[in-house]
Amino acid sequence: MEKQLTGKQLRVNPIECSGHGACAELLPEMISLDEWGYPLIDPRPVPPALERQARRAVSGCPVLALQLNRRR
Amino acid sequence: MPLRRGEATASRSRPDGLPRLLPAGPGEPDGLREHLARHGFIPYRNAPLQLAGDLQAAGLTGRGGAAFPVYRKLEAVAGAGGRAFVVANGAESEPAASKDASLLWLAPHLVLDGLQLAAEAVGAQEACLYVHNTRGEQFTAALRRALSDRWSARIDRVPVQLAEAPARFLAGQETAMVNLLNGGLALPTFTPPRVFERGVNGAPTLVQNVETLAHIALIARYGAGWFRQVGTHAEPGSMLSTIHHADGTVRIVEAAIGTPLRSLLGADLGTDGTDGPAQAVLAGGYHGTWLAASRAAGLTLDNAALTRAGASIGAGVLVALPASHCGLAETARVARYLALESAGQCGPCLNGLPRIADGLATLAGPRPSPQVRANIERWAGLVTGRGACSHPDGSMRFVRSALDVFAAELRQHERGVCSASARRPFLPLPAGAAVSEEDWS
Repeated sequence: MEKQLTGKQLRVNPIECSGHGACAELLPEMISLDEWGYPLIDPRPVPPALERQARRAVSGCPVLALQLNRRR
Repeated sequence: MPLRRGEATASRSRPDGLPRLLPAGPGEPDGLREHLARHGFIPYRNAPLQLAGDLQAAGLTGRGGAAFPVYRKLEAVAGAGGRAFVVANGAESEPAASKDASLLWLAPHLVLDGLQLAAEAVGAQEACLYVHNTRGEQFTAALRRALSDRWSARIDRVPVQLAEAPARFLAGQETAMVNLLNGGLALPTFTPPRVFERGVNGAPTLVQNVETLAHIALIARYGAGWFRQVGTHAEPGSMLSTIHHADGTVRIVEAAIGTPLRSLLGADLGTDGTDGPAQAVLAGGYHGTWLAASRAAGLTLDNAALTRAGASIGAGVLVALPASHCGLAETARVARYLALESAGQCGPCLNGLPRIADGLATLAGPRPSPQVRANIERWAGLVTGRGACSHPDGSMRFVRSALDVFAAELRQHERGVCSASARRPFLPLPAGAAVSEEDWS
């Protein structure tokens, strides 16, 4: 429970996102694509084991639409 | 306008009963003189945030749709640091709603008193009145006149600009409005920052619906106890509604929150034991919820009751849909309008809404395949919660409730039969909006 409260969360800016799909390739454990190519993101906190990979997905987005935030 | 102080500041007796906001009975709009005679001079508090306590005690919530506690917004803006900006939001975009436009037309000074009091409460030095440019030249000219009368009479302490919103459904959405006021397009933006953190000119911005401001002007004069004389304990006060009756007439009504829908819609829902002409009621507008007439007949006009039925007060719209019209065809027409009014900025909304509208047009026709409904439900799931603004979520609330409430009609259509007899559309859409007509019936 403690881990859940301190974990970080992925969020996409849907205005910036243009459906390149890089995030789903870099972090398939937490991101899949809908039938139009836009990301469906697991709303749960990112497990610590996946945090590095999540950061890579964030920096790999060509339009910088993916964010890794502290849970609000 | 010449103003005699004595006349302006004479104490007024508290108005009992309703209406509170609109001048009782038909008549001319309240000019400044009539307004002062009715309500007296604006009760400035001469201290920031003093008003917030009264509004908290009154339990006033926003009347623009979200029903958020007003005092909390005031505190958030006042506490954000920096000089604040205040906007009176009168850009009532719901095509079926006209309560805000009616209020601005009939009692503009009540709204503008509330705007000044809100500006004082958050320490703003600038304010703006934001309205649609579609209400006609007479409408905006009257508002300009009201503003200049107040400035000449030295009632307003904070200058108020009139800003006009383009004729788009989303132009009244607060981030779109801030974007426009900052010199951009009236398109929603991604949050954060929220407008109370950084809005017009980067200032913490208080956005209040015009009806909310009118209530503020009355609470500041007559007190929280007076405000609570009507309404429910959880949702005190009165509210304006735009009511579309099954016979096509439209009324603006001020009613106590908690009033039975049966008394607002009158004979539309039938009298003891007999069905009325309405088959369903749309509550809240085109981001709102369809309710079966039998269900609506047992509900009251408050969010506590409406939420239990999956609905909400929303934009204060109630439409009684007569049994002579096809609920699926009506929903399909409006869904097409909502798809065209998408800002097209977010992928799921851009891709989903037109497909859903097309699907609904198919359901409104003869013998749709079961796959169509399944597609609509899947797409509805894909667009919900995935926009920068509430447009996809609101549109899907409307669509999903239609599939639920008009399920029996859909079964008829699957057999090639439509129960409607009327061909003319019932739900209002703005003139010139591109919609596909469903003439099969």
